[in-house]
Amino acid sequence: MEDGVKKFLYVNRKAPYGTIYALEALEVVLIGAAFDQDVSLAFLDDGVFQLTKAQDTKEIGVKNFSPTFRALGDYEVTKLYVEKESLDERGLTADDLQEITYEDEDDDWAEKPSIIIVSRSEMADVMAGQDVILSF
Amino acid sequence: MSYEVDGQEIATDEEGYITDLSDWTPELAEVIAKAEGVEMTDEHWAVVNFLRDYYEEYQIAPAVRVLIKSIKKSMGPEVGNNKYMYELFPYGPAKQACKIAGLPKPTGCV
Repeated sequence: MEDGVKKFLYVNRKAPYGTIYALEALEVVLIGAAFDQDVSLAFLDDGVFQLTKAQDTKEIGVKNFSPTFRALGDYEVTKLYVEKESLDERGLTADDLQEITYEDEDDDWAEKPSIIIVSRSEMADVMAGQDVILSF
Repeated sequence: MSYEVDGQEIATDEEGYITDLSDWTPELAEVIAKAEGVEMTDEHWAVVNFLRDYYEEYQIAPAVRVLIKSIKKSMGPEVGNNKYMYELFPYGPAKQACKIAGLPKPTGCV
């Protein structure tokens, strides 16, 4: 690993709207991306709802910020871990999530998926491998 | 502060970013640019239009290094480099171009 580069994991556990946590977490990720660290995001519990497709916030009068997740690849944030059990418990599948991709600079800008579905025990391994975990 | 276009007053925040994004028109962009001391050329417009498209798609104004990287990819390295972008927008390509494009200040900008 390069000198000074730490592995950061941002853990998202809350639904996208109703509290400010989800939006604030995303803003912190975008700002933090300027520091050239190894950044991943984790989505579990109600946090998996943040990535669902076709969100429509008109009736609740707040901005639908879900398209912003698709910009993360530009910020070199390319690993979005989603816990399978959390999806299952909410009647969701990977097909209910929006497609999020990044262009791999080291592979002739090939488009690759950013979302990685992991089991609860794999998520524990992801967390164990981090230097810094920030929970929202 | 505010801008005036065709006798209509357009409200802004204290730094001159318009508060209602739907107020934006190309005419307003020219007025803001003038207030910023920027004379709009085709290159300026290319950056402003790029920012507006980016915001439309992702609902954020990109950070300056993301902007320059993307411009480099779409318009080539003679435009997409720090020096040229700062010549176009001396007060910061993201900050100043976003203002002219009628977008909020980029996330993380102070």
